[in-house]
Amino acid sequence: MAESTMHQLTMVEALNLALCEALEHDPTVCLLGQDIGVNGGVFRVTKGLQERFGRGRVMDTPLAECGIVGAAVGMAISGLRPVAEIQFSGFTMQAFDQIEQNMARFRNRTRHRYPIRMVLRTPYGGGIRAVEHHSESREAYWAHTPGLKVVIPSSPRNARALLAAAIADPDPVIFYEPKLIYRAFREDVPDAPETLPIGRARIVLEGTDVTLIAYGAMLRRAREAADDLRDLDGTSVELIDLLSISPMDTQTIAESVRRTGRCVVVHEGPRTCGIAAEVIARINEHAFEHLLAPVRRVTGFDVHFPYFQTEEHYLPDPDSIARAVRETIAWDPTHRPR
Amino acid sequence: MKHGGTVRSSAARPGERAAVDGAGRTQAGANGQGPPAVKEAAAPVPFGRRSIDLVARDRPAAARAATLTGISILNESGIAHDALVPDLPPAEFLRIHRAMVLTRAFDGRMLNMQRQGQMGTFAPGYGQEATQIGQVWPLRAEDWFSPSYRSFGAQIVRGWTMDHLMLLWAGFHEGFAPPPGVNDLPFSIVIGSHLPLATGVAMGLTIQGRRDAVLVNFGDGASSEGAVHEAMNFAAVFTAPVVFVLENNGYAISTTLEHQTGQDILAARGPACGMPGVRVDGNDVFAVMTACREALERARSGGGPTLVEAVTYRMGVHTTADDPKVYRDDAEVEAWRARCPIARFEKWLVGRGLIDEAGVQAVTEACELEVLEARDRFRGRAVAHPEELFDFVYESLPEELREQREEYLARLRAKGVIDPAT
Ligand SMILES: Cc1ncc(C[n+]2csc(CCOP(=O)(O)OP(=O)(O)O)c2C)c(N)n1
Ligand SMILES: [Mg+2]
Repeated sequence: MAESTMHQLTMVEALNLALCEALEHDPTVCLLGQDIGVNGGVFRVTKGLQERFGRGRVMDTPLAECGIVGAAVGMAISGLRPVAEIQFSGFTMQAFDQIEQNMARFRNRTRHRYPIRMVLRTPYGGGIRAVEHHSESREAYWAHTPGLKVVIPSSPRNARALLAAAIADPDPVIFYEPKLIYRAFREDVPDAPETLPIGRARIVLEGTDVTLIAYGAMLRRAREAADDLRDLDGTSVELIDLLSISPMDTQTIAESVRRTGRCVVVHEGPRTCGIAAEVIARINEHAFEHLLAPVRRVTGFDVHFPYFQTEEHYLPDPDSIARAVRETIAWDPTHRPR
Repeated sequence: MKHGGTVRSSAARPGERAAVDGAGRTQAGANGQGPPAVKEAAAPVPFGRRSIDLVARDRPAAARAATLTGISILNESGIAHDALVPDLPPAEFLRIHRAMVLTRAFDGRMLNMQRQGQMGTFAPGYGQEATQIGQVWPLRAEDWFSPSYRSFGAQIVRGWTMDHLMLLWAGFHEGFAPPPGVNDLPFSIVIGSHLPLATGVAMGLTIQGRRDAVLVNFGDGASSEGAVHEAMNFAAVFTAPVVFVLENNGYAISTTLEHQTGQDILAARGPACGMPGVRVDGNDVFAVMTACREALERARSGGGPTLVEAVTYRMGVHTTADDPKVYRDDAEVEAWRARCPIARFEKWLVGRGLIDEAGVQAVTEACELEVLEARDRFRGRAVAHPEELFDFVYESLPEELREQREEYLARLRAKGVIDPAT
């Protein structure tokens, strides 16, 4: 592929680019959500798009999440490819009804007659000193819902490519945007359109001692832990970025764990029935005989996301991730479980 | 009113009554006699084509007269409709004034603290003081108040201390717990989700034979949420003693009323649900107080819910994370400056000889000082207790969560956040 020009973009800018390209190239694409038009979204992801594409395609909606998602499902039934924004993922709960009852199951209910080609974009996760209900990570709800795909990018470049793929996807996609890293760093993003396949994880670092699995904003923290482990302990970490929570790339996970024999899974959502639980189940199913130690998880706790004075203690950080990796490596196989 | 087993509107005018009855006969076939095959509608469709009055079946008077009223008592120039001014002792007018001034002082200090990094994201209420104070003024201590996040002025009147509210906005866990003796819900960040709670509290009060009422505050944006309609409809069906105060400040972040609703008179939702709708000048503290007092009295005496729409304007930012220049002109804000709820009330007070310029100045300074004292108390209390993370989730912590708690405390010890010996 010919080298195309690159631009250093933040994730917000990269997402804006993906939306702009989709609006430009596909007349059936339209955007709807609260404050996404004149205001360009509270995080400015849709900045300038209403000005450019008009109110007919970039719609400010009333303050009603259930209405936004329900209307988007209806638009998809009519033949459009809506991209709905829910201002904060905490407020997808207001739309749970429409997501679960219609968005996820309309294709099945109508035997393919009405596939729901739509994307629900929403910022999730903690660490930005936000008020209550603005920091949750509830991707597990949607991974638990048949009929949905769930995608979580971890960098500007993969955000742009995955959003393009999500919009083109024939099925409804929940697109969780890690707002902690919305503007945390820039990355080269090519001018030429790019997509990444939904359902594939990416090996970020190759390693031999332990597999470390993360996604979204936690990927950077896992990466920091991996660097520390290499520099301080000489540990070779294989770091996997899940990218797609559902469908999940079992193959990449299992192959890696078969090589390393050890694994730690990281996410910020609560532990019980979280994504790590699913990853561990798949490792049991596909790589059990290769395990040298129990798979560990570093996750949020089974409590409500704390108000922001306490949030940094709640979230996994490089130290807690590195500690879990060290315990996994130091695991004594003769140790008997309690 | 029962007529041969059918329920009829009692509020229809005579001329229409005939038509209604006519339609009823057509539908029922035998005007209440003969086979009871068709249950007649409570409000039958008139024969032919005509406009329909919004009247309900045998309901409490409030619901039957589900009307739409407008109230404005104190205008921008500080001139009052004398006959409508609440009948209060002079000292009480001054206390109302002080509460409004204190609200503004708190607002300004919070913005200042936010800019200095001592406060989290904050939603100021600059310009909405009349609605804030007027709505809760007629509440009794035994009544309940369910605020929204911009209701800090009302919360202060209800007995939330300012340092407590500062803790809340600064991200400390203590902040959301209502102070002892205050019958309030914590404010709701999830737009509209507190309205069904307010209705439920009101239903609970009635079931338990209490004669108290609930007042709930929400925004024009909130009015679009499904939960808000559900709450109002429940309240009407169960004749719940609840007053819905819709604080219409023209914006939901950047979203104007035009993009929020197809019917700008939001009070019209009241009659649509079977309760009176009252639209008041939200910058007129007398109008807000009057509408809320009447609604509360009706609620307490079994008359059911009321929707009060207070029309005001958000002079400042939505929150400290917002930039209104992106979506509105300064000129629009300037035009509202002339309608300042505090300035017009001060003019009226001065005109009545209840206060003079120096008095106003003294109140303003005293309020500033009170807020600074609250800030100092807040600073003394602004200590995070991360070790409490698990302590309020369940009545008693399930066994398996104790393990997680241990893991979490080990993390805090490793970070040196808590004493390694604990
Ligand atoms: C269910 C839900 N959706 C979205 C938000 C984000 N949000 C916070 S305030 C706000 C606007 C609310 O407008 P309005 O009800 O008019 O109250 P105002 O802010 O004007 O006081 C929005 C959309 C939220 N907090 N909760
Ligand atoms: Mg508003």
